[in-house]
Amino acid sequence: MEFGLLEDQVMLQETVRRFVAEEVSLDLVRQIAEGEIQVAETLAEKLTALGLDGLLVPEKDGGSGLGVLDAALVQECFGYGIVPARFLSNSVAAYALRDSGSSIMNDITNNDARFGIALNDFLSRRDGSGLSIRDEAVSGASLMAMDVARSTHLLFLANDTVRIGQVGSAEQVKTIDRTREFSEVTITSFEQQFTGAEIEKTFAVACILLAADTLGAAQCMLDKAVAYAGDRQQFGRVIGSFQAVKHLCAEMAAKLEPARALIWHAAHALDVQDDEALAMAFLAKAHMAEVGTFIAKTSTEVHGGMGFTDLVGLHYWYKRIGVNRQIMGAPMALRELAAQQQGLVA
Amino acid sequence: MDLTLSPEYAAFRDQVAETLKANAHLAPGPDDKGLKHPKRLAWQEFLIREGLTARTIPTEFGGYGAEPDILKSRIIAEEFARSGVPRPLAGQGISMLVPTLLELGTPEQKEAYIERTLKGELIWCQGYSEPGAGSDLAALRTRAVEDEDDFVINGQKIWTSTARQADMMFCLVRTDPNAKKHHGITYILFPMDTPGIEVRPLVDMTGSANFNEVFFTDVRVPKSGVVFEVNKGWQVANATLTHERGMLGDPNATKARFIELVELMKVETVNGQRLIDNPVLRDRLMTLQAEVYAMQANGLRITTNSLKGEAAGLAGLVVKLQGCELNHQIAALAIDALGELGILYEEGEHLRSGGAWQWRYMYDLGLIIGGGTAQIQKNIIAERGLGMPREPRLARS
Repeated sequence: MEFGLLEDQVMLQETVRRFVAEEVSLDLVRQIAEGEIQVAETLAEKLTALGLDGLLVPEKDGGSGLGVLDAALVQECFGYGIVPARFLSNSVAAYALRDSGSSIMNDITNNDARFGIALNDFLSRRDGSGLSIRDEAVSGASLMAMDVARSTHLLFLANDTVRIGQVGSAEQVKTIDRTREFSEVTITSFEQQFTGAEIEKTFAVACILLAADTLGAAQCMLDKAVAYAGDRQQFGRVIGSFQAVKHLCAEMAAKLEPARALIWHAAHALDVQDDEALAMAFLAKAHMAEVGTFIAKTSTEVHGGMGFTDLVGLHYWYKRIGVNRQIMGAPMALRELAAQQQGLVA
Repeated sequence: MDLTLSPEYAAFRDQVAETLKANAHLAPGPDDKGLKHPKRLAWQEFLIREGLTARTIPTEFGGYGAEPDILKSRIIAEEFARSGVPRPLAGQGISMLVPTLLELGTPEQKEAYIERTLKGELIWCQGYSEPGAGSDLAALRTRAVEDEDDFVINGQKIWTSTARQADMMFCLVRTDPNAKKHHGITYILFPMDTPGIEVRPLVDMTGSANFNEVFFTDVRVPKSGVVFEVNKGWQVANATLTHERGMLGDPNATKARFIELVELMKVETVNGQRLIDNPVLRDRLMTLQAEVYAMQANGLRITTNSLKGEAAGLAGLVVKLQGCELNHQIAALAIDALGELGILYEEGEHLRSGGAWQWRYMYDLGLIIGGGTAQIQKNIIAERGLGMPREPRLARS
């Protein structure tokens, strides 16, 4: 029995962490948020060069053959540095394809296939959103599809099955998070050879990765709060020596540390196909959303007025966590799904 | 990450499960009350003989004498939880004094106390907290004055569990009032029937006296009861407090409570509808399940750290705070789910689960405060875990 990371996993995380620290400054993220496409594309090229997009693609299909836990560790680093990366969408697609033998997997590894994902309709259909397939034609539209711009394929949900298709129209929507793009999309055609993947399992992987992203972002916000409280002085002492401030930081850490263990456990459970894996994945995202929004708010408060400014830029993490909470399963919807999964809903 | 057990440990687990199952009839039942009931002592002796408790304590002191193996200890704890067979004795003597004596006791103290304590023949109580020394334990004032071969003790202790049943007390006393507060304390053992000791039950919000006050008036005890050295009691106490905090917030116990709550909500009905079919209650239940999962995973992480001889860091520091709060929330949901029947207590036709949920809702609040309050835990997490600065000391008023 060993509940922890292997040396390779620690090294993988260290590599990605270093990349993020060196290549993705807050200034760079600001430029992307302000719509500097060239900056976004240069970063995308560097991310591709990291060679992580085929991480979940089986080795026989040209990928690294690693697991959901490894992918979560990578995504955590991207969350920490609020990195706009296609890794999440590509990984969910790779997972959906993993038993298909499709050559698209090799394309993901080589960056010839770049995925967007449109799975939000699974738990939440609003304003008529939702896609369906009839007579080999896809009708309808999906809201809040992620990473659609500059993608080559879209992973989408229709008739309770996960499919791969080509985007027809895509209209970008304005969310609070300008670093990542979300769109309303329609589909023109879909891959006939790929007969589809189970939505629950695919969705579970998306849940784990979004939870890991929030874990990283929340860890960064906690680190920033502790650093700020150790530096900022009022009443002749650093504010971190006041219990009113110190206890807020302790509460953040007390919630975050067990949540990290939960995400590791849930990711591992998917990798070994544990019976409880799905319920655990859905609850992991729901729980991480609650912990994340608590930390987003609390860290901002620890920063006082500066936390509210654009100058410090803390709001980029706040919004990242806020978006992760709402998309692909808000907490209550996920808890209901977890209850269904365990046969607790009549 | 590998949560499977190696063949050696899987075999060990099976063997433990089998032993517990085959011998469950030897265990004391709910009617075998009293800390020294013959069935309880016999069960304890059996468990020691089988290596299911006192496992790593040397045989010369009445233990089983196995090499320390955290994973095996964990497996044993899990099998007790799974089987529902009564656990081994775990009073403060066994969990806190015995490890202290093994580390710091004289050969005479080890000989006199360890084996009898393990067997349940000797019951101990802990004399630490005082009315003026709670979170600030080192401010304790119960005074012990040297008089030839004895110390003469005057003062008062509070929050003393099992003081009425105890044969002995391990106690912190002030032996040098002029030294800095951490340097004038001595850790001493003495019998509870020494003249001048008065025990008064302290009734708490549950309606029963789970704790006591203990008063000392010219209590004369021999110096041979001192553990380690005079005025070095704070170091001795710190060794034992580490053992106590590990006991509070055990995720296996929390999981067992959660499973009980799920069962309650599946069986109980209101207006002809099962409680679990109420979406608001179900949502709260799932919220708690996520937290139970998180604390379990956190526990696995700590076990792995211990196996590797590494410090658990923040994961370890948060257990008492998070675990006790979670237990309290589980009880709170059970009471809310039971609605007006949730207020019933102790007896009556409509009482559910013997009134256990209300009892826990109150007792678990006591545990949020006891053993280091939630606020002290937050100081520890912030200062030791996050490296934040200590509160500056104010000038004495």
